[in-house]
Amino acid sequence: MSVDQATVRRIAHLARIKVSDDDVPHLQEELNAILRFVEELASVDVEGVEAMTSVMPMPMKKRQDIVTDGEIADVILANAPEREDHFFKVPKVVE
Amino acid sequence: MTTLTDLTLAEARDALLRKDFSAVELAKAQLAEIEQARALNAFITETPAKALAMAEASDARIARGEAGPLEGVPLGVKDLYCTEGVATTAASHILEGFKPAYESTVSANLWRDGAVMLGKLNLDEFAMGSSNETSYFGPVVSPWRRQGSDTKIVPGGSSGGSAAAVAARLCFGATATDTGGSIRQPAAFTGTVGIKPTYGRCSRWGIVAFASSLDQAGPIARTVRDAAILMRSMAGHDPKDTTSVDAPVPDYEAALSRGVKGMKIGIPKEYRIQGVPAEIDALWEQGVAWLKDAGATIVDISLPHTRYALPAYYIVAPAEASSNLARYDGVRYGLRVPGKDIVGMYEETRAAGFGKEVRRRIMIGAYVLSAGYYDAYYVRAQKIRTLIKQDFDRAYADGVDAILTPATPSAAFGFGEKGSGDPVEMYLNDVFTVTVNMAGLPGLAVPAGTSSEGLPLGLQLIGRPFDEETLFALASVIEKAAPKIAPPPKWWAPPVGFADTLP
Amino acid sequence: MTTQAKPSKLIKGATGDFEIVIGMEIHAQVTSRSKLFSGASTEFGGEPNAHVSLVDAAMPGMLPVINQECVAQAVRTGLGLEAQINLRSVFDRKNYFYPDLPQGYQISQYKSPIVGEGIVAVDVSPTEQIKVGIERLHLEQDAGKSLHDQSATESLVDLNRSGVALMEIVSKPDMRSSDEARAYVTKLRTILRYIGSCDGNMEQGSLRADVNVSVRRPGEPLGTRCEIKNVNSIRFIGQAIEVEARRQIGVIEDGGVVQQETRLFDPGRGETRSMRSKEEAHDYRYFPDPDLLPLEFDQAYVDALKAGLPELPDAKKERFITEYGLPAYDAGVLVADKETADYYEAAVRHGGATRDPKLVANWLTGDVAAYANSVGLSVAQTHIKPGQIASLVDLIADATISGKIAKDVLAILIGDEKDADPKDIVAARGLQQVTDTGAIAAAVDAIIKANPDKVAQAQAKPSMLGWFVGQVMKQTGGKANPQAVNDELKAKLGI
Ligand SMILES: [Mg+2]
Ligand SMILES: [Zn+2]
Repeated sequence: MSVDQATVRRIAHLARIKVSDDDVPHLQEELNAILRFVEELASVDVEGVEAMTSVMPMPMKKRQDIVTDGEIADVILANAPEREDHFFKVPKVVE
Repeated sequence: MTTLTDLTLAEARDALLRKDFSAVELAKAQLAEIEQARALNAFITETPAKALAMAEASDARIARGEAGPLEGVPLGVKDLYCTEGVATTAASHILEGFKPAYESTVSANLWRDGAVMLGKLNLDEFAMGSSNETSYFGPVVSPWRRQGSDTKIVPGGSSGGSAAAVAARLCFGATATDTGGSIRQPAAFTGTVGIKPTYGRCSRWGIVAFASSLDQAGPIARTVRDAAILMRSMAGHDPKDTTSVDAPVPDYEAALSRGVKGMKIGIPKEYRIQGVPAEIDALWEQGVAWLKDAGATIVDISLPHTRYALPAYYIVAPAEASSNLARYDGVRYGLRVPGKDIVGMYEETRAAGFGKEVRRRIMIGAYVLSAGYYDAYYVRAQKIRTLIKQDFDRAYADGVDAILTPATPSAAFGFGEKGSGDPVEMYLNDVFTVTVNMAGLPGLAVPAGTSSEGLPLGLQLIGRPFDEETLFALASVIEKAAPKIAPPPKWWAPPVGFADTLP
Repeated sequence: MTTQAKPSKLIKGATGDFEIVIGMEIHAQVTSRSKLFSGASTEFGGEPNAHVSLVDAAMPGMLPVINQECVAQAVRTGLGLEAQINLRSVFDRKNYFYPDLPQGYQISQYKSPIVGEGIVAVDVSPTEQIKVGIERLHLEQDAGKSLHDQSATESLVDLNRSGVALMEIVSKPDMRSSDEARAYVTKLRTILRYIGSCDGNMEQGSLRADVNVSVRRPGEPLGTRCEIKNVNSIRFIGQAIEVEARRQIGVIEDGGVVQQETRLFDPGRGETRSMRSKEEAHDYRYFPDPDLLPLEFDQAYVDALKAGLPELPDAKKERFITEYGLPAYDAGVLVADKETADYYEAAVRHGGATRDPKLVANWLTGDVAAYANSVGLSVAQTHIKPGQIASLVDLIADATISGKIAKDVLAILIGDEKDADPKDIVAARGLQQVTDTGAIAAAVDAIIKANPDKVAQAQAKPSMLGWFVGQVMKQTGGKANPQAVNDELKAKLGI
């Protein structure tokens, strides 16, 4: 499989990365190089093989339902590029 | 005084306890070395004030007889670890100005044990790279040079700053992380010891995520003993990371003297790959001979899915990364570049904030997860991962205690020599290390010789899950048997007396 | 389920009948103290970004740790829906960018949910019950909130809701009218409240419905559906379905094609409209969250949770029918609210005595319910205590007061004497009914004597008896025992 330029633009938008017209051809070339590199995987027989979901099998520990965190709005907002009072501020979101 | 920083971590630790010198003296000596070595670009952030304050506190604890296992030992921290109140960048523009209000579990474990923080070490951006050329803060220069050449050599990556700093005596040890070989490859390139423990041995909490199912923290140090000492402090269960294992942490230093008599060491035939220089094969043969001499049994094994590990890795890792790096959106921390609306802000911020390699991997990751491609790429890669793990399981079930392979397919290379045209050329660096991450196993790189050009070369030991002790025991044997490699000459330091000429 | 359209459910278009097909995705906020993957509080409201941990704000290096209570709540709910409980489930990431989604993905369950297929019995009317299939129930994180009204150029983001546990309960497309849909949500809410896994508060957003609506001519395959997002009251669910079905029928009858899309219901305008900004094709790139291991537990865990479940509405209704002899409809009304059902049983058994359960039910589903309704409360929430109802019913049972006087006593309970025992009210106000046959006989005699013409009429037409009863009651201030009055009159009038 290989990607065309429209696909490069679509993925870039999906990943929210702006690409200029100049970027597209060489991005296309690089992505296709990687896709060529992984192409040989298609020849592996994976019939009946389970896809890995956890590399070290162990039970997942669970937390108790107690409030142990939060009430640190100043810390949460300390690194915000833009804030208003205790809110993060972003360009208008249109619903 | 100049010799203080040439000590091993173990020697410095013991000397501090004997009060041969103070932790403050040691920290100052180390800070002076760092100051002189800025040409290496190993540090992104130096924290001298913090180092001295921590060293003072160490001296007080030593005086009170309350010294921890790493009391007063100065260390560097890969700038992928969040450190409280100290800028954490992941070597990316997108984390510009970010100061976490929290400390990663692994670094906190080190400070708990008395270690002293010198600063934050350079790396490939978001740990994506094998040469340290992708850092927003510029590449790290290896302290090593080819014989008779002043060509700048890469330290490897992504923990290039950690490896270079340890090799150049800028710190006694450093934290690092390994997703596809990022501890072992730079360790091999710089003549240092690096171990990627079993997935789950160290907490990932507070370490900037690259690929969650592959990332593991580990140390880089100058000797096997030093790595064992650091490993013990770094490891341990963390309730904040449910993928960390709740099992006791062994005394790795004690394992060094175990010996390897009667151990069965597997030599995987699939690791003999075309195009690898003869000196790498020779090094491997040499390693086999050393272990045989020490009483180990050598057996040929087969890991048939080895060749698929690297391509599968280049699906799994970018896929996870594309999702892990979605949080860098200019809303809550880091860089924000204005755009015409919210989507524009995202796109401008992420285009400006991420470097080329990171953008490329995010896009590949988004592609292989996208509708219509998910099964063909991601699911298939995760199935192949199962097959890779089963290869190892079979070898271990057949009684193999550990596996010996080369650590890298070549010695370190010069800047710009690899991957500038085709990204895959750079990816091939990890061909021997990446299988270990795919299977979650522990892997250790130990220096074993030098290339024809005088650059360090390393061997890799791969162990059973959670059996890092065996790796330390084996590495210790190789370390003793291998010819001593003199440290790199300090070409980066200003000439003696230079400081006196300053106003 | 049924492919055969029920004629009573069809709605008329200009060109013929249409059937509405409805399926629902309900987001129910899990009742828990802390969030699904962090230790921050789930409390409603609060200062902006107060109930937010480093994990909820997706700070670099943060990791999720699952809350065991949220898992238990999901399993309990699954049991309440008579659903398949999956001993192994997997958390996936749903990737998309939005400012109130800090991670850039929602942790949800996509391929392997914790709960599989189940079924809910829904009473649509006193005579109609339907079964609605449950497709699945999965656990997922809620998002934060963006405030858009503060400025023309900026939005403000509050992450207090970010990471709160939700159960997404997906029904099969088994509903055929807005009434069925409303009854389904009502029943689901009752089950959740019984179990205690969700408070069901729609105003605070604890329960939100996404309604999938399509229409078809009877017997045809399923039409294209539209999803109406985030409808926040049961009444609006009904309205949204009606107007959306009408809209789709209009489109089809005009020769158009219904577009699959997400729409919003505007209650003010009584219409649904397309959410244009969301039209862009979504590609959520789901994949298993590598920060979380599979969620696994054993059957013993499920069994223990099952053993700890309270009696659920359907079982309680069955028991009320058999144990108290209630009509199915009354039993259904009483169990619709757990507190009311408990109230009912407390009234029946108050003071250790048992009293006529049907009489108690009549009062609770009749006059008391009417009062509760008028003040916007449930029966159990009113100031009237089960003991007061018990006392009232006892007074009727031992013929101290008539049913009619009992209504007056209830009015007094509601009005001036909120804490009084009805027995004391009756005593203090002399409301006991007159059972003294002498007094009744005297009153009857007086009436007969004064109305000879009516006597003649009554003897010809026995239904006139009522007029005499009324006169006697009037004379006795309503306190005469109606049965005794009846008997006396019949005897004296010879009818
Ligand atoms: Mg949904
Ligand atoms: Zn949902």
